[in-house]
Amino acid sequence: MSTKNIEHIIELSKDLRWQIGDDFHDVLSESIYAEASKIVESSVKKDDQKRRFRIDAQIDKIVTSKVWGFPIMLLLLGVVLWLTIIGANYPSSMLASLLLDMIHPMLKNGANFLDFPWWLSGFLIDGVYLAVAWVIAVMLPPMAIFFPLFTLLEDFGYLPRVAFNMDALFKKSGAHGKQALTMSMGFGCNAAGVVATRIIDSPRERLIAIITNNFSLCNGRWPTQILLATIFIGAVVPESYSSLASLSAVIGIAVLGIFFMFFFSWALSKTVLKGEVSTFNLELPPYRPPVFWKTIYTSLIDRTLIVLWRAIVFAAPAGAVIWLICNIYIGSESIAAWLVHSLDGFGFLLGLNGVVLLAYIVAIPANEIVIPTILMLTVMVVGIGGGAGAGVMFELDSVTATGDVLKAGGWTLLTAVNVMLFSLLHNPCSTTIYTIYKETKSKKWTTIASILPVIAGFVVTFLVAQVWRIFS
Amino acid sequence: MEKQTKSACETCSHYNAEGLKKLGVNTESFDFVVALAGNPNTGKSTVFNALTGLRQHTGNWPGKTVARAEGAFEYNAQKYKLVDLPGTYSLLSTSEDEEVARDFILFGKPTLTVIVVDASRLERNLNLVLQILEITDHAILCLNLMDEAKRNHIEVDARILAKDLGIPVVATSARFKEGIPELLKTISDLANRKITCKPHKIKNIPKNIEKAVEELSTSIKKEYPTIANSRWLAFRLLEGDKQVIEGLRTGKFV
Repeated sequence: MSTKNIEHIIELSKDLRWQIGDDFHDVLSESIYAEASKIVESSVKKDDQKRRFRIDAQIDKIVTSKVWGFPIMLLLLGVVLWLTIIGANYPSSMLASLLLDMIHPMLKNGANFLDFPWWLSGFLIDGVYLAVAWVIAVMLPPMAIFFPLFTLLEDFGYLPRVAFNMDALFKKSGAHGKQALTMSMGFGCNAAGVVATRIIDSPRERLIAIITNNFSLCNGRWPTQILLATIFIGAVVPESYSSLASLSAVIGIAVLGIFFMFFFSWALSKTVLKGEVSTFNLELPPYRPPVFWKTIYTSLIDRTLIVLWRAIVFAAPAGAVIWLICNIYIGSESIAAWLVHSLDGFGFLLGLNGVVLLAYIVAIPANEIVIPTILMLTVMVVGIGGGAGAGVMFELDSVTATGDVLKAGGWTLLTAVNVMLFSLLHNPCSTTIYTIYKETKSKKWTTIASILPVIAGFVVTFLVAQVWRIFS
Repeated sequence: MEKQTKSACETCSHYNAEGLKKLGVNTESFDFVVALAGNPNTGKSTVFNALTGLRQHTGNWPGKTVARAEGAFEYNAQKYKLVDLPGTYSLLSTSEDEEVARDFILFGKPTLTVIVVDASRLERNLNLVLQILEITDHAILCLNLMDEAKRNHIEVDARILAKDLGIPVVATSARFKEGIPELLKTISDLANRKITCKPHKIKNIPKNIEKAVEELSTSIKKEYPTIANSRWLAFRLLEGDKQVIEGLRTGKFV
């Protein structure tokens, strides 16, 4: 087969294209539609009389209305979060007492019995095991509640309505309306959200969706928000309002994330990613009563366990690193102490401290382990009792005890607020970064997507700290 | 002991789903490749799960499947590989998920393509069906979501539709496993070429375009005598589709 003949065919097609004119695409589409309607005419019968009342249309009138659309969205988000926060408490503390209070000492005793050297049992049990145990205790319960609830809403058909409601806002910020769907996925997991951007046709708008997906507060960061809001924000108001106040604070952070997502979408589309907003058809699918137990089952298997496994895979080596930097000494200071002290100055400028910054560096693989790392480093630097020794990651039994350690470590309300903000605005986790690279195949955009949120975090926490210090 | 009598339907050979063995992800060594195409949110993944026994995540929003998923099943001692393609409204556009679907039907050479459509939104869905019928001769229309159509008082005459389209039409409600045995039987019959299709081709195109398509398609056929979808390639060439031009140059179609 000669390539010459193929070039000939291509040449011929060019000539013919000139002859038939440039409305070819439209003419072809029109013919297809005309044929479709002809075929339907003879094979489909509709009873329009009975079709008039449609429950779907009635629900849509409410949930996509200008007045009720947004309040209903916030309300649903609130209910899902509330159920997650309240419901996850009990299984979390049960798992913590099982994995940390019972199994951990047993492993330690076993290691002593077998005459493990201190560094081996420390490395394996205090480092690797505890990191994994914490991730399971803290992450499994909220995920096992949050994901099925989210999946039920998804199966019911609510997500496209969210996209419909937010379409105008996305259009104004120069982004694609389908970004509402990928943003929602990001609330579960940013890596999943980044993969979901494949539904966006235009490369420009897809890049915007990828870069800004990290502003959706992901599953690994919800527990941090919830814990800090409970300890510090809940304590500011009278006790009867404290859970309401902490819930509002968490929702506030999530909404702030959405605000930043719009802001950066707008900024990107006005600068480096200029272009037209493309139009698209969004079908509002009919509401379908979810197949309840099947949905629960698949969301547990497909989402919860897969995300949990990922977290464990990343937490184990991170636990090892934490133990090592706390137990390897250079001169009289451990590496961790040396790093914390050298980061303290910059941390103060941001209303944070060296411990928090180091914890965020160590926790790049998995956001879930930020809080335990902070606690462990705080205990080590401040030198208060309560922990299990240098480099041992632990969870304190009660929320109050966690608060006491943090306060002993010099935390104020400002520190808590800024850690919550920084938890929203910092680099994506390593899985997400890798996924971004795989999807964009570009080092440049991967770097931008990774660094942009950190810069935003530095700027926001710096400003908040300065304003706070002026007025207090 | 009381002997359970089977209903007339269950004893009928047409209902025979007993020959079905769900093979999950084990897609090695198969006799046939079946592609699953259709508009977004018509229940492709539900059909996929019903046939393979896999539990691919299904969700009620368009665009949930972004990459293609593969599974397998065995029916009457023959192995089938099933490929679940992302939902598309058309094969004429260029987003990544639509390209996955188009490339597979065009270059993946499936034995047959099952086109899943929403029975209550047939007219809109037929747009894609007619385009796929331009590409392939071996297709089955899976008229899914019949339960919803019924609820909305829409009646579809599958026999007239089959005659008009020139391909077998099977009515299903995959969520409730209804019609899956009939679908399996039809897949098996078409895969073994016990049924022949005479798919509907787009007819009412203006004369000058039809002439150009004819001319181009003849010269493509001269170059690749075995090619099945020269007409579709001609359509795409007239539109200046860069990927199809590239595909012709590299000989991806043969």
